[in-house]
Amino acid sequence: MSWRGILVIGEVRSGAIQPATMELTAKARVLADADGSKVTTLLMFDDIVSDPKECIGYGADTVVFACAPAFGLFNQDIQYRTVVHLIEKIRPAIVLASATSAGRTIMPAAAAVIGTGLTADCTGLEIDPENGDLLQTRPAIGGNVMATIRTSDHRPQMATVRPRTFPIPDPDQKRKGKAERLDVPPEILQSRVLPMGIEIQEGEGSNIQDMDVVVSGGKGMARTESFGMLHELASLLGGGIGASRAAVDNRWIGYPHQVGLSGKAVSPKVYIAAGISGSVQHLAGIQTAGYIVAVNKDPDASIFRVADLALCGDLFEIVPKMIEAVKRETEK
Amino acid sequence: MRIAVLLKQVPDTDEVRIDETKGVLVREGLGTIINPLDLHALEAALLLKRSRGVSVTALTMGPSQADVALREALALGADDAILLCDPSFAGSDTWATARALSTALSASGPYDLILAGEKATDGETGQVGPETAVMCKLPFSTYVSFFSVSDDSVTVRRTVEDGIETQQLPLPCLLTVLRDINEPSMPALSGKMRARRAHIREMDAGSLGLDPSTVGLSGSPTRVVRIFYPKVTRKTELFSGKEIDSGVGRFVEALRERSLIGR
Repeated sequence: MSWRGILVIGEVRSGAIQPATMELTAKARVLADADGSKVTTLLMFDDIVSDPKECIGYGADTVVFACAPAFGLFNQDIQYRTVVHLIEKIRPAIVLASATSAGRTIMPAAAAVIGTGLTADCTGLEIDPENGDLLQTRPAIGGNVMATIRTSDHRPQMATVRPRTFPIPDPDQKRKGKAERLDVPPEILQSRVLPMGIEIQEGEGSNIQDMDVVVSGGKGMARTESFGMLHELASLLGGGIGASRAAVDNRWIGYPHQVGLSGKAVSPKVYIAAGISGSVQHLAGIQTAGYIVAVNKDPDASIFRVADLALCGDLFEIVPKMIEAVKRETEK
Repeated sequence: MRIAVLLKQVPDTDEVRIDETKGVLVREGLGTIINPLDLHALEAALLLKRSRGVSVTALTMGPSQADVALREALALGADDAILLCDPSFAGSDTWATARALSTALSASGPYDLILAGEKATDGETGQVGPETAVMCKLPFSTYVSFFSVSDDSVTVRRTVEDGIETQQLPLPCLLTVLRDINEPSMPALSGKMRARRAHIREMDAGSLGLDPSTVGLSGSPTRVVRIFYPKVTRKTELFSGKEIDSGVGRFVEALRERSLIGR
């Protein structure tokens, strides 16, 4: 059997299919239409999940669901072996997962077992019209350079994709597809890794990769307390708080907030950088942001070169003005 | 107990500058450093060395100049250093790197615990850790922000998108760590002196029993086929001084255009 079609590794958190799974399923549909092949979306969960068939509206031909208590708490050991099991069963030409902590943990393990290539954190996927290969494009070194990568002689071609890279279309409610249960062999459900629990941390910090708005502070914030106004602005906009490495190094804010090369890459619709000069280290993490607003007193700050809107002046005067303006607009 | 720490030598990104006219990175004459997250992995190993008397081996794959990274690890307190160095290793992708590292770990081990940074600041893939673990047939965990070791297992806390997960893994296993796990220490002068004289073990494809055609670029499933500079499409609107209020107005407009306020 030849390698054909696309497998999307879905992600279910707290019983909800993640938007990134819909995003990837929709993108996979577009790619699969190039050769008329099928899209399969895998969902692994324990008991409750929002309707698995939801993925069909976004472009899946088949939703394969693996349902077992072992999929309740994240277990990379069980999940990657389940992925390998399904890959061997349906032999897809392409396997995609979101570049989340889960995707970036299980995909390399699966690729290592299968002995194929994996490209991390892609921001572009295309089918080569000449030979049908998947062209995988990702930011390289500092995000200033893009690299296109090909997995020519190995199958499947595997890639993780930065969440919020591709648009999520409206689901087509009339689309036909099927949902199939995957019987996971019992030996796969036994694991040497024992998940003990999760402390859910609600709020602005840890999930900045999923946010429409991220408000970040840097060296110019000068102290912990001044992040208060960034929190206020972020909460008015339903966004999260980010930070430069300098702010984290000074312990004004925790590491989960760090944006950049040794922190997180974010793709909000609007990114607001207050008191951040814009090192290569930081800029790499905001390259895929939609609209960048920079507030800095230094007119020569590098951040102004990548910003759409540059507000040059004292952030302690400008940020409160931004807060007031947003409040006025909201109260209208 | 023996611990291996996987290190990568990377360009010092703090020194990277952008060529203003061409809009490209200036990489010439850049210094190299140990990948920052790997320093946290090394520190975690050295903390165990101090508290439990384990031995720490630093391992890296790279050109002969990568011995600088290993000498730094020795200066910080590693007991032993191994350099995987062979012209045929050049151009390795993550899979080929993991293959060489896992073979070297088997040849120089066994180790009870293998530690590495969650990702490197140059490649930013975070793939080599999990790939190496699986090739060594070891359980692994990633995004580790705390761990404690007992006689036969390790309890880890993983910092992920929606919270902190706790897992228990048997030893031996491999962990990739985040920077909030610890604060790396600075090398002492005595350590630097010792490191200068220390012997670094070298391994090449032949001594690892790896066929040169199955490593490096030729053994890599992925190929970079094109490098390009993204077009800068942003057109910066700058406001300063008395114009700031108009700038703030533009900010509100941008939010409204994206339906982020007034919903």
